Amino acid sequence: MSIFINENTSILIQGFTGRIGTFHAQEMIDYGSNVVGGVTPGKGGSTHLGRPVFNTVKGAVQETGAEASIVFVPPPFAADAIMEAADAGIRYCVCITDGIPAQDMIRVKRYMRRYKKEQRMILTGPNCAGTISPGKAMLGIMPGNIYMPGRIGIVGRSGTLGYEAAAQLKDLGIGVSTSVGIGGDPINGSSHRDILEHFENDPDTDAVLMIGEIGGPQEAEAGMWAKANMKKPVVAYIAGLSAPKGRRMGHAGAIVSAFGESAAEKVEILKGCGVAIAPTPSEMGATIAKVLQARKAA
Amino acid sequence: MDIHEYQAKELLSRFGVAVPRGGLAYSPEQAVYRANEIGGAKWAVKAQIHSGARGKAGGIKLCRTDNDIEEAAESLLGKRLVTTQTGPTGKLVSRLYIEEATDIDKEIYLSFVMDRAAERIVVVASAAGGMDIEEISHSRPDTLIKVEVDPAVGMQGFQAREVAFGLGIEPELISKMERTILGAYRAFRDLDATMVEINPLVITKQKNVVALDAKMSFDENALFRRPQIAELRDKSQEDPRETYASDRGLAYVGLDGNIGCIVNGAGLAMATLDMIKLAGGDPANFLDIGGGASPERVTKSFKAVLRDKNVKAILVNVFAGINRCDWVAKGVVDAVKELDIKMPIVVRLAGTNVEEGRRIIDTSGLTVISADSLADAAAKAVAAAKSAA
Repeated sequence: MSIFINENTSILIQGFTGRIGTFHAQEMIDYGSNVVGGVTPGKGGSTHLGRPVFNTVKGAVQETGAEASIVFVPPPFAADAIMEAADAGIRYCVCITDGIPAQDMIRVKRYMRRYKKEQRMILTGPNCAGTISPGKAMLGIMPGNIYMPGRIGIVGRSGTLGYEAAAQLKDLGIGVSTSVGIGGDPINGSSHRDILEHFENDPDTDAVLMIGEIGGPQEAEAGMWAKANMKKPVVAYIAGLSAPKGRRMGHAGAIVSAFGESAAEKVEILKGCGVAIAPTPSEMGATIAKVLQARKAA
Repeated sequence: MDIHEYQAKELLSRFGVAVPRGGLAYSPEQAVYRANEIGGAKWAVKAQIHSGARGKAGGIKLCRTDNDIEEAAESLLGKRLVTTQTGPTGKLVSRLYIEEATDIDKEIYLSFVMDRAAERIVVVASAAGGMDIEEISHSRPDTLIKVEVDPAVGMQGFQAREVAFGLGIEPELISKMERTILGAYRAFRDLDATMVEINPLVITKQKNVVALDAKMSFDENALFRRPQIAELRDKSQEDPRETYASDRGLAYVGLDGNIGCIVNGAGLAMATLDMIKLAGGDPANFLDIGGGASPERVTKSFKAVLRDKNVKAILVNVFAGINRCDWVAKGVVDAVKELDIKMPIVVRLAGTNVEEGRRIIDTSGLTVISADSLADAAAKAVAAAKSAA
C-alpha cells in the first residue's frame, strides 16, 4: 500500500494540452501512472497523448471514472480549477501551480468545507512538486528515478529538498512508500499534520520524514499531533536556520512573522514533541537510518 | 510588496477610513507650501520610508512655524533613516508627508492579517495603541481582541461592533468606528493585501476616528490583477541587489556574507545557506533560480550574484530533476567564460546525468571546483571564500 495514489489510481490532467501539462503528463505516463485523460476547456472531444480531452472535469469523471487529478492551470485560473475538481467528485487533487493569490486559496478552502469530511476531496499543494508512490504511480513533476520503493513516508514543503532526501535515502538503500509535497504557499490544501495522519494509518509506512521550513504554524502543529497520536517515529529537518526575520525566502509562505515560526524555534518545539531532528540537510537520510536501527534493536 | 504611509492612507480613505489632511513634498520649499495649503497651526513632517518605528528614529517632526518645517524637511530629505526595522544601512528619505497635527484623546491599535492557522482574514485590535504589536502581545496581551472573518460572506457589521465595544469606545463613536473597521477590511479584501495596520487609530478631542499612521503590504501573487497597486512600488526602498534580481524574475534576498549562492528550489536554497553557516561561512544571498535551470537563467543568476561586491566565492547547487546535469554544467561553464569570472566557483550537481555533468565541469579548464554532496560543497565554498578574502 501507499497513501493517496497507487498503480490503479485513474488520473486526470487539468491543463492537459498546454506546454507544461503535456510535458509532465508524458513523464507520468512513462513512469506507469494510469493517466485516463485530461481537461482543457474548449478542446473537448479531441485526443492528446493518446488520451481523451474533455471540456469539464465533471464530464471527464463521468466518462473515465477518474479518481485523482493534477492541476497545471496558470495562477489566475488555478483556484477555479481546484474547485471544479472538488465539485466533480475527484478524491485526490495535486496542484502544481506556483503563484496563486492567497485570497483565492482562502476561497478554495472555504468552498471545500461545503462537503462533509468523508466526501471532501483531499488537496495537496499548490506550489509543490506533487506526490509519488515509487514503483506504482507518479502524480507530479519530480524525477521518478531518484525514488526507491520502500517503507518511509516523506512529507515536505519544498520540491528539490524532497529530491535531496529521496536521493540520500536511496544511497543508504532505504526506500519510500509515498512522498507528498504540500507546497510552499501560506495557505495550502493539506498540512504536515494531515499527511502525518495518513502515514500513521498506512500499514506499509514504518517511519516518516517531515521536511519543513520557516514560516507558519504547521510544523509545530504536526509535532504536537504526532506526540499525542503517532506510534511511528517521525524525523524532521527544518530549513532556514540562517534566514533573517521578516524576509520572504523564495516561497510565498517562507517568512518568519510570529513567535514559533523561525527554524530554531520550530526545532525546539519538535524536539519537545519527541521528533528526531536531522541537524543538517545532508543528514536527513542518515537520521532516518539511525531511527530505523534503534527501532530494530528495541 | 510594501507601500508608503501616504499611499496607504490614500487607499484607505477611498474605502471610508478618515485620515488627517496632508500632502506630499519633495523639497523643503514644497513642504512649507503644503503646510500653508493645509492650514492650521501645527503640522507633522513625516519621512516616507518603508519601515515602522520612524517616530523613535527621528523621522517624524512636529512643527509650528514655516521655519520649523523648512528645517525639519532639510534634515530629513536625502538622508538615510535608520530605524529598528531597516537594518544598519537605513532607508533613503526622498519624500515627505506633511500632515495637520491631530489632538489625540485615545490611541487604538487596529490591524488585519492573513491568519495562516485559521486560513482567514483576522482583525486584531487593542486599546493599547501607539505601541507596536510585539510590545502589546508581550506587555498587554489582555487587551488583544481577535475576530475571524468568514470568507464566504465577508466581515459583518456586528463583528466590527464587537471589536469597537471591546475596545471600550464610547457609544456615540461606535458607528464611526464600525465604518472605519469595515472600510479597512474591504480595502484589505478588494486590493489583495496581506497586511493592513493602522497604529495608532486615534479618537480625537473633536470626537472623530482618524488613522494617524497606516501600513499596507500586498500579495505579490495577486499583482497581476491589481495594476494600480503594482504601480505604487518604490524601488528606492529596496536593496538594489534585490531590485536587479527581481526585475529579471529571480527570487533573491540579499544577506551580509561573502559566499554567493545559486540554487534551484527555495527549500534547497535555504538548506544551502544553513550548510554554509554550519561550515563556518557566511552566505551573501539567497537565490532560487526555479525548477528549470536553463543556461540563460544560470547566466542571469551569476550576473545578479556578482553585483554584490562582497562576494568572494560562489556556490552553485542544483538538483536536476526534469532538466539534466550535463545541461546545467554547460550553462555554468558558458556563464563563467562569458562573464570572465575569476573568483572560485564550487559546483555541486545531483540528479539526472550527474556523471556527465561533473565531467563537463572537471574538464572545462576553468577555476571551477566540483563537489559531490551538500556538505562537501559547503565546506569547499567556505574554504575558497576564506582563502580569497
